[in-house]
Amino acid sequence: MSYLALADGTIWPGESVGADGHALGEAVFTTGMSGYQEAVTDPSFEDQLICFTAPMVGNYGVTDERSESARTHARAVLMREARGPEWTGWLRDRGVVALTGIDTRSLVLHLRDAGSAPAVAVASGLATEEAVELAATQPPMLGRALVEGVSTSESYVFAEEGRVRVGVVDYGVKNSVLRRLAKAGAAVTVHPHDTPADELAEYDGVLLSPGPGDPEPLESQTETVRELLGRTHVLGICLGHQLIARATGHETYKLPFGHRGANHPVLERAAGRVLVTSQNHGFAVRPSEAAEVSHVSLYDGTVEGLDLPELRARSLQFHPEAGPGPHDAWPLLEAWVEEVARA
Amino acid sequence: MPRRTDLESICIVGSGPIVIGQAAEFDYAGCQALKVLREDGFRTIVVNSNPATIMTDPGFADRTYLEPLDVESVAEVLRLERPDALLPTMGGQTALNLARELANAGVLDELGIELIGGRLEAIERAEDRLKFKEAVESCGLKVPASAIVTSLDEVKGLMVPAVVRPAFTLGGHGGGFASTEDELYRQVERGLAESPIGQVLVEESVRGWDEFELEVVRDRIDNVVIVCSIENLDPMGVHTGDSVTVAPQMTLPDEAYQELRDAAAAVIRAVGVDTGGSNIQFARSRETGDVRVIEMNPRVSRSSALASKATGYPIAKVAARLAVGYTLDEIPNDLTGTTPASFEPTLDYVVVKFPRFAFEKFPGADRTLGTQMKSVGETMGIGRTFAEAFLKAFRSRELDTGAATPWQTLLDVPEDVHPFFRREFAEIGAVLAGIGDIDALRAGDWLRLKRLGLSDAAIAAAVGTSEAAVRQRRRDCGVRPAYRRVDSCAGEVEAASNYYYSTWGEADESPPKGERPRVVILGSGPNRIGQGIEFDYCCVHAVTTYRELGYDAVMVNCNPETVSTDYDTSDRLYFEPLDTESVLAICEREKPDGVVIQFGGQTPLKLARAIEEAGYRILGTPFDAVDLAEDRERFAGLLLAHGLRSPEWGIASSPDEAVEIAERIGYPVLVRPSYVLGGRAMRVCYTADDVRDMPPFERILVDRFVEHAVEVDVDALCDGADTYVAAVMQHVEEAGIHSGDSACVLPAPSLSFAQGQEIAHIVRILGRALGAVGLLNVQLAVTGDGEVYVIEANPRASRTVPFVSKATGVELVKAACRLAVGATIPELGLPPERPPRQWSVKAAVLPFARFPGSDPVLGPEMRSTGEVMASAADLSTALDKAERAAGRRLPRSGSVFISIREPDHQQAVPIAATLVGLGFELYATEGTAATLAAAGIAVEPVRKLSEARDGEPTVVDLIRRGRCDLVINTPEGRNARSDGYAIREAAMVRRVPCITTLSGAAAAVHAIATARADQALSLQERIDAELGIAQYA
Repeated sequence: MSYLALADGTIWPGESVGADGHALGEAVFTTGMSGYQEAVTDPSFEDQLICFTAPMVGNYGVTDERSESARTHARAVLMREARGPEWTGWLRDRGVVALTGIDTRSLVLHLRDAGSAPAVAVASGLATEEAVELAATQPPMLGRALVEGVSTSESYVFAEEGRVRVGVVDYGVKNSVLRRLAKAGAAVTVHPHDTPADELAEYDGVLLSPGPGDPEPLESQTETVRELLGRTHVLGICLGHQLIARATGHETYKLPFGHRGANHPVLERAAGRVLVTSQNHGFAVRPSEAAEVSHVSLYDGTVEGLDLPELRARSLQFHPEAGPGPHDAWPLLEAWVEEVARA
Repeated sequence: MPRRTDLESICIVGSGPIVIGQAAEFDYAGCQALKVLREDGFRTIVVNSNPATIMTDPGFADRTYLEPLDVESVAEVLRLERPDALLPTMGGQTALNLARELANAGVLDELGIELIGGRLEAIERAEDRLKFKEAVESCGLKVPASAIVTSLDEVKGLMVPAVVRPAFTLGGHGGGFASTEDELYRQVERGLAESPIGQVLVEESVRGWDEFELEVVRDRIDNVVIVCSIENLDPMGVHTGDSVTVAPQMTLPDEAYQELRDAAAAVIRAVGVDTGGSNIQFARSRETGDVRVIEMNPRVSRSSALASKATGYPIAKVAARLAVGYTLDEIPNDLTGTTPASFEPTLDYVVVKFPRFAFEKFPGADRTLGTQMKSVGETMGIGRTFAEAFLKAFRSRELDTGAATPWQTLLDVPEDVHPFFRREFAEIGAVLAGIGDIDALRAGDWLRLKRLGLSDAAIAAAVGTSEAAVRQRRRDCGVRPAYRRVDSCAGEVEAASNYYYSTWGEADESPPKGERPRVVILGSGPNRIGQGIEFDYCCVHAVTTYRELGYDAVMVNCNPETVSTDYDTSDRLYFEPLDTESVLAICEREKPDGVVIQFGGQTPLKLARAIEEAGYRILGTPFDAVDLAEDRERFAGLLLAHGLRSPEWGIASSPDEAVEIAERIGYPVLVRPSYVLGGRAMRVCYTADDVRDMPPFERILVDRFVEHAVEVDVDALCDGADTYVAAVMQHVEEAGIHSGDSACVLPAPSLSFAQGQEIAHIVRILGRALGAVGLLNVQLAVTGDGEVYVIEANPRASRTVPFVSKATGVELVKAACRLAVGATIPELGLPPERPPRQWSVKAAVLPFARFPGSDPVLGPEMRSTGEVMASAADLSTALDKAERAAGRRLPRSGSVFISIREPDHQQAVPIAATLVGLGFELYATEGTAATLAAAGIAVEPVRKLSEARDGEPTVVDLIRRGRCDLVINTPEGRNARSDGYAIREAAMVRRVPCITTLSGAAAAVHAIATARADQALSLQERIDAELGIAQYA
């Protein structure tokens, strides 16, 4: 029997269409209707089991260019209706447990009410009691530092040429971020998560990338950000945003079930306009009245962006690079490169 | 910033009669707009000529005008009411065109009326091909390569294959595909004639490309949201209204979808729609990924109605709020209550829409699907997978037995369908073929079948057993459906949604456990000819009434166009097929105190027996009474027992037997297959040969045809004992023309007081004898010598209910619902029975222009798609106005062509004499001309097409050259290729009113002679006058 077991003891039967064995992780859901391959290869999904609310997954196959990183990061995918064989074969080849026939809507309602939960996706070979116990013994996502496991260990050049030199700190960066930066005219070099501030400050601009896990235990990274702020232009995205927020006195906390999808409205305070954004975060910056808050979630009021001109820093909780999701916020990334270029 | 404070009153223009390409979706849109505008305290004024709409109900707006939708009438209403603004984006192309004309005629400026919801320049930019092309290209996108053509001289040298699209026509009307130069020439000629500005676009064919639509909403501060993506299964080349479509799109990877999303946002910005919704259509090459922007509707549309139902995001409502100044972040999402309208819907289910065709009604018509829409209705299915949704929509079509249609079976898949969908169909086929012995199936096996979307009936058909047996076995295995909510957010936000669909093998989202008693109201399914939106009108009224009476009203329907499938209408909405399996499952879940079947036309009646057998109570007229009225033999027995006369009849099982019966009862006879509705395949036969000529049916019904009789339609209310005769109407066309296609007049002008009394008496006898509780419709024929025959009785809502309610001010459905839960006629406090003081006319609108090849002549088979209503102080004025509203403006001067079938020549004489007296010039074919000349009437003979000679124009030439202002042509035979056919087709192409019955001609000529200029009066004022008089008379 194949199933998902949550730490709270609930069992969600399905049918295995991916790798054998079982996969441990935090069960979360994403409401994007397309972009399954991008999600599974997004380092921010590290150690998570992704439940897709999209009713059918795998419809248009897979292709290498769509991967957001060199490997899969989600440990398992949970689907109402998987469409193969390309997609399911691809998952199997990469050791990703994949369950289809899951009552995903009920699972989503459960996670929404009870919160994202430690879980185990079982393709085969594990009794339910064992599985529940295993799920429950996992460390919770709260307090987990995951960037080390997904960051590059060596610096590398992504784009040689450009009108500005941008250093990207890789906390779990997505190809889309790098591509959009290069497309906006930046020469892009990617650095490991623990690169010292002095080294980063050499760049015209530094982009603090998205990444998985809780920002709170990332003390040394936060300290680096604190050191870096004010010395060059800095843009933080997602986890990068959270680190800037923490470095500037904001508080982060774990959302009950996160924001994951491609339809989240964010108010751009200066313009009074709404951006439809791609989001993927389990932690957020607590709502704040502070003047530097540039973007606010119209969904729960969490801080979606900061503008700190005296520190030459900006940050965005959502994903302007999309991949997957709407391109509404592409211009923000381009504008930042432009801003760095003009300085 | 909340709503604008500088506006107080707003006029909304509806879309007029239901025609192909403009159906109930605009009633839905209009109702939503009215709802929110009134909530916001605006004074609202509605103009719409369609009485079957909810939006024209007196309670829905402050002032309602059932007036023709032309510049003349709408300008008059605007002058009377002086609204601050006109909202033209809710009434389809009709309203949009009217707004343009009113603006161009200077009316809006003169009265200081602001156009809201769509700026004129934006409308022009979206609608004018050239301007649209410029707008699209300005954002780096492409439209198909094209050339604007305004005359046939410009056709030479253009590319083929090509698509021809006339400017400013409904649903691509008059357009088509051309693969050769010859075809191109013909298409352009037709398109130029159809386009009100004589302009067509000849463009690069993208036939075979995939087609996608995006529903976009934009506010005044430039927020843009994409409400829904829709993918067409039928690829480019087939009008989207005729395509099977699915939402969300299924086959595009994220980057390709986002490219379309970006394009849609760019186009809506470039065109400049800044306070409302638009539908933007794209073609995308499956091989290269090339994208072309095909077209844009800068208003709510059929697709936006579908998208609203598919997502739970009410586009028309949001668009109306945007039009009065709100921004997207200020408008709450109805379903969640907590998220704003700038939250794009996300779906955790799949929605499939199926078109419903009616080709069987138009023998000879070309069934090829192309750029001109031909379907008359649609169904929608919601499921957790594509297959489940597809099969629900597929089976919701309720196809007539023997009717041929595209997508007839699951094997009937058009070419070029995307391989993704082909694989789905193959899987369905393989599973169906491999079911095997149902007794051997275990719960898991059943679940697999049901999760694929297979109905009990489909499984039964595949294994050769009964549906009941399948259901029994399945239920024995414990396999039952679960119901899920449509919440617009895939469960991410808590939503108190009351909008459900079924699926299998999942947890059920239970509805709230209310204390109130419940009724389940069954809708009428897809619009089709013979069952249109008048039944949705009735269902919505039933819902409203039962809610007022303290019930939870639960609605079941599968038609995405309607008001009844707006989740705002009922306490709970089940968007489900109207078949036994689905309805019984809903009853099992809801445990209703009663099931309401009176208001959904034939659709719920077909389920009545199963509902009763399952132990549920049918509210109102019991099923047995329905059966008593519908079963010919039982009904004949009832008439006989009460001494009521009906035309003689018989049932035959062979053509010979039919002839035998015909000879016994005497010609002419009305012959038809015994099971049909809406007069399908019905014919009047004058000879034995005519009878033998009928296609063979198992059971043939032969009725004596009462010639030259006045046909009378009665709507009444019954409580099982007492009967209230609400309206006695007379058909303008005499017996032999389907009542749905005939113009209808209230009160009946030809009946004497005594005849009226006799008819009322007959109806009372029938009401009591049938045991009807609720509505009763009776059709009768009154012969020249005053004999009254009962033609049929239907103890349920009839097509005329909305018309009668609006003409008399008596809310028939409300009364019927109260009767059904135990009230008596005296308790209803109805006004005294009396003919109304004002004259009201209902005129039918026919879709012949959509079906070239099919003879545009009225007959016993119903073919109209919709209707208009007009009222006035005298009959002629009301009739004249109704004809104008139906798009057949009667001329006041000019030439009339008359050609009457031989036996009726003499009857044409007084009609012709009146026309000459009014100063008309007459043309007639030889025979008719001879009769008229002999009667001393000045007439110019003209050749028939079959008598054509070089150099001399035929009647067809005359019509084509615009030399006739009215055509009166009664058919001489059933030969579709006859001269008559050529005349009628020419008139249709030239848009000359063409009358095909003598009675219709007499009424029209009388109207031409005596109609007056009557001031528009609102429905509220008319009803007050009617009821006021009634109260104090």
